[in-house]
Amino acid sequence: MAISLTLNGKTHAVEAEPGTPLLWVIRDELKMTGTKFGCGVASCGACTVHLDGTPVRSCQTYIEDVEGAEITTIEAISEDRIGAALQQAWIEMDVVQCGYCQSGQIMSAVGLLSENPKPTADEIDEYMWGNACRCATYQRIRAGIQRASEILEA
Amino acid sequence: MTINTSRRGFLKGAAAAGAVLVVGIRPNGALAASGATNLNPFVKIGANGSVTAIVKHFEKGQGPATGLSTLIAEEIGLRMDQIDYDFAPSNPQVYNNTLFGPFQGTGGSTAMANSYLQYRQAGAAAREMLLQAAAQTWGVEVSTLSLQDGIITGADQSAPLGDFVELASTLEAPAEPTLKDPSEFRLIGNPDVRRLDSAIKGNGTAMFAMDLHLPNQMVAMIARPEQQRATAVSFDDSAARDVTGFINAAILPNLAGVAVYAENTWAAMQARDALDVTWDTSNAENRSSDEIEAEIRAALAAEPTYNVNQADVAATRAAIEGAATVVEDTFYFPLLAHAPMEPLNCTIEQTADGKIILHDGAQMPTGPHMAYAEIFQLPMDQIEIRTMLAGGSFGRRAPPSADYQVEAALAFIMTDRTRPVHLVWSREDDLRSGYYRPAFGHKVRVGLDEAGNIVGWEHRIAGQSIMKGTPFEAFAVHDGVDHSSIEGTADSPYQIPGAAFGLTDTEKATSTLWWRAVGHTHTAYVMETMMDMAATAAGADPVDFRLRYLAGDEADQQRKAGVLRLAAERAGWGNAPAGRSQGIAVHKSFGSYVAEVVEISGNAEDGVRIEKVTCVVDCGVAVNPDVIKAQMEGGIGYGIGHNMRDQITLTGGVVDQYNFPDYEPLRISDIKEIEVHIVPSAEPPTGVGEPGTPPAAPALANAIAAGSNNMRVATLPMDDNGVSFA
Repeated sequence: MAISLTLNGKTHAVEAEPGTPLLWVIRDELKMTGTKFGCGVASCGACTVHLDGTPVRSCQTYIEDVEGAEITTIEAISEDRIGAALQQAWIEMDVVQCGYCQSGQIMSAVGLLSENPKPTADEIDEYMWGNACRCATYQRIRAGIQRASEILEA
Repeated sequence: MTINTSRRGFLKGAAAAGAVLVVGIRPNGALAASGATNLNPFVKIGANGSVTAIVKHFEKGQGPATGLSTLIAEEIGLRMDQIDYDFAPSNPQVYNNTLFGPFQGTGGSTAMANSYLQYRQAGAAAREMLLQAAAQTWGVEVSTLSLQDGIITGADQSAPLGDFVELASTLEAPAEPTLKDPSEFRLIGNPDVRRLDSAIKGNGTAMFAMDLHLPNQMVAMIARPEQQRATAVSFDDSAARDVTGFINAAILPNLAGVAVYAENTWAAMQARDALDVTWDTSNAENRSSDEIEAEIRAALAAEPTYNVNQADVAATRAAIEGAATVVEDTFYFPLLAHAPMEPLNCTIEQTADGKIILHDGAQMPTGPHMAYAEIFQLPMDQIEIRTMLAGGSFGRRAPPSADYQVEAALAFIMTDRTRPVHLVWSREDDLRSGYYRPAFGHKVRVGLDEAGNIVGWEHRIAGQSIMKGTPFEAFAVHDGVDHSSIEGTADSPYQIPGAAFGLTDTEKATSTLWWRAVGHTHTAYVMETMMDMAATAAGADPVDFRLRYLAGDEADQQRKAGVLRLAAERAGWGNAPAGRSQGIAVHKSFGSYVAEVVEISGNAEDGVRIEKVTCVVDCGVAVNPDVIKAQMEGGIGYGIGHNMRDQITLTGGVVDQYNFPDYEPLRISDIKEIEVHIVPSAEPPTGVGEPGTPPAAPALANAIAAGSNNMRVATLPMDDNGVSFA
């Protein structure tokens, strides 16, 4: 089926079978590879993108359900002031190790700070629980989110 | 160090390339420099002053891209924002790991240890040549010049180093470049040095092997048997043909699976699911993990095959029999998967002139390089391996069999080779078709005298050897003993009276592989929980008790005692807040000494919450302190997460786990805080990728015991053996 996707403010006409996960359209059709494949079952969060401003797992979001929605990926999140603050904090704190999960971490963290500009450590843990990092950079993710919160407050 | 003094190539190259200075080593090992491009460099400097470190180790997050660049930048005299990096091509003569012989690869936490002098020398040679060129240009003595922040200064002049690249590229490399004295270091040891790969990994532009989309590429996935060693007999792809984007399917030449080719990843996944394969399971592995465990436990009950430390076992037993108190336990460690975040994958293509290119997050480039020479019947120089960023590994990207790269090659040779093939594994493939940390068992009896001192320590180990039957056997197996099965026991810095270590190999049950910290993943747990149990039985403080066996004046004991004392001090050992319990462990691995204190609230019955981990590491010179801290943090998480709740089990040879819901990763909420301290040291740098892992789980186990009426967890994972987590 032909679908019109609005991704990072641009409209793309894509051809995909119903039931195709948004993840694979973003990665294999649009060749935007910042959004990662980690598990395919919404258990790791590496594929997190925003759908109308809300973080979703793109591996479990189907193409026929996103027509007309505004999709945002890591490639455009720096245009969002929260996204930019998180990216700055991520560099300041050297959060990343292998880095493969970090697009998803940042996309989820944008969702958290949008809802809750000054989260406590426990609130961060609760919100970010679904984003796995096999390198275990968690303590820097927590610190990075708190640092971004400070940047945004300033 | 000898220098290749042939100037012909240099001059010719200088005339041709003109404005590139490269410093590296010739295949004979000699440091050399040239304007030519026929040298495999460690550093490349363009006329515009751009400096690129050529990094011979792959980057899976452990930091060598930053680390080796730091060495070059330090010795040349650059700021970190004045250097970039590229990954070296595969070349086992030039880019070998000097600790591995003529083999390029990353493992055993050796990246910095084997590169520290090599990359500093290359940077120092470049600095001396640039200064020499400036001295000639300005007509001054070289000793009057200095190079800092990329600027050469002296004789009332200053100019960027790029101005001298052309002339420098015609000079010969100094025979013995003078390395900076540590007192002059601005970058090495500087905690403010940041990673060079942070920005690209935070904005989605970092290119992992999974992200490669070569023009016209196909995606291949492999339908594999559920049981190891089953073979493909036939398949029916009629349902797969209904999948849009499905191209074809074919049985691999080694019968190990059926390759499914498709236009994209999703089509490959669907088509593979739709494939109906008939397998021959007559020679397939059909054992269950319960049988593996029973075999290991039986081996522990019998006399060990190997007397690892040539101990007088009879004397040890007599000492234990005569002891005032005997402490004993039997341990079991299950199979574990590595589960790096980026599932295994690589892309293979053939160029118009017949060369093969592999794009891979290559941990051991020489492995697939040699395998490809055999598969494609090509000389090594007709095969190129382009190393890309790797989304984690923990050892998984480095099996001696080069399993996934060979799979890609086999899938590729069945095509007409006009289209690149991107082999992709799913998470299920990763957990179910993989290589595992072998299951191991230990049985330990410790005898204490009236004063609570150890008089005998009989320690049996049983499990499947990782190294036997691989090309690494000669390197790692001596007198029958696979060192990776026993490392961290008989070679421990502890001076234990009457220690007798025995090993029995058990049968091959599945494919096993080094897994972050290898043998130390189980030996540290046993050594450190037994030490704790012995201390408790002796009525002694666990730190004081360990120090009794680290009283020797060798550096090995002193350094281990040093991290232990410092960890206790930094963690407020013995002064835990009300409601909290502490456990400690200390272990040496990969040349580094690490002590960790885990502080928990709650207990095994009501739920344990890990409040804080305090870590002290002595890894020699700390090149990038913040990277070292990050590796300790990650290593602690890796050790704790798996031992809390992960295991791979088999039923009739079939892996029971499918995806992360059955192999639950450590989550952000599991550890509330980690604090890392680095011991200042002038010793040569040693490993940091692995040494943080071994002490973490035993420190947690000891904290749980302290908070739960001395309850001991000897069979892992913890949550399957009586411990609940909050």
